[in-house]
Amino acid sequence: MRTDETTDAARRPQNLEQSTLEEPETTELFNAEDRYGEARNDEQLSDADEASDADEDEASDADEVSGARSGSAQGADKAPRNRGDLVRTGIRGLGQTLITAGLVVLLFVVYALFVTDLITNERQEDLTQELRQVWEDDPAPPAAPVDPDGPALPEGGLSDIPRGEGLAFIRIPAFGADFVRVVVEGTGPNELEQGPGHYVDSARPGEMGNFALAGHRVGKGSPFLDLDQLKPGDPVVIETVDMWFTYRVLGDPATGNYDADPSGIPGMQVVTPEDIQVVNPVPGVYDPAAAPTGAYLTLTTCEPKFSARLRLIIHAGLEGPGLPKSEYPDGPPALTGE
Amino acid sequence: MYTWIWRTLPGGFPGKLAGSLLLIAVICVALLFIVFPWIEPLLPFNNITVE
Repeated sequence: MRTDETTDAARRPQNLEQSTLEEPETTELFNAEDRYGEARNDEQLSDADEASDADEDEASDADEVSGARSGSAQGADKAPRNRGDLVRTGIRGLGQTLITAGLVVLLFVVYALFVTDLITNERQEDLTQELRQVWEDDPAPPAAPVDPDGPALPEGGLSDIPRGEGLAFIRIPAFGADFVRVVVEGTGPNELEQGPGHYVDSARPGEMGNFALAGHRVGKGSPFLDLDQLKPGDPVVIETVDMWFTYRVLGDPATGNYDADPSGIPGMQVVTPEDIQVVNPVPGVYDPAAAPTGAYLTLTTCEPKFSARLRLIIHAGLEGPGLPKSEYPDGPPALTGE
Repeated sequence: MYTWIWRTLPGGFPGKLAGSLLLIAVICVALLFIVFPWIEPLLPFNNITVE
């Protein structure tokens, strides 16, 4: 019971204090000032170190506390007052800690939404220069034949580019005429924070099979933020060392029906993170060894926005053969609009 | 804690204000560019299925 009394007594003056602090708006200015003065003095008091230096007048508030508590702590005059102050300091400390923690969490949101974009954009600029340089130094096309109508590659075109290095440029005119990102090799966290990543076991650009890319939806440059805006027939242009490859989102451009492609592969779908068959050589076919039936592009990202609960998938098909950059220096018709 | 910092900062009100703002800026930069990038991979926000 004693402890109950103590806490009760310690709490009561605090409640009083709160009510006086809330009041000034409605009371006269004179009173408000007076009470603010009291509150300020009180604040000083509650810092235990200074309590002993305080004037008697200033201490009046705290004296009431000790008076109310004298039953529980007899003899020592200062001890109970200090104990009440300790409780108050402790509660204030807890409050400050919680507010600080909240601010740190808010700052993390700022980091996730904006600062990661800065970091990724900077990295993209470096990657762009690196990739242009690599292509300038070695303009030879990749060793394997790049021919969408040629024989299916048994391995689906395992990549020989080191993880994290640039592999191609991706342009999506539907996201803006200037939307261009370097695609890096690999889809681990370190690769995806640099830009869209290429699933290492999937086909290379223009090859038979499935050229599959993953990208962040929100933050880290948000490369695939607007993937849900893509309509059937929208072009996605991949630039390699010597070729342009134009893929078009599957479905019927006239009706906007994503499921109208003769291949049966939908242009857009939402799947669970476990449905990794969407990046198989034949998109959506569970057997990863199944012979490719066409040259596809698959883009994967998180769904819904701000969540990693599901995956949004875009499937696109290669439109005709790749166009050599030597003949189309400004880009394929899908980009130039010719 | 904040009371103590305010009392400890030198230079009267202008100095205290400048010192506080400087402290806030330093802490924010440290969090945004050092602590968060380091702690982020340990958080469950990026669940990547296929690497």
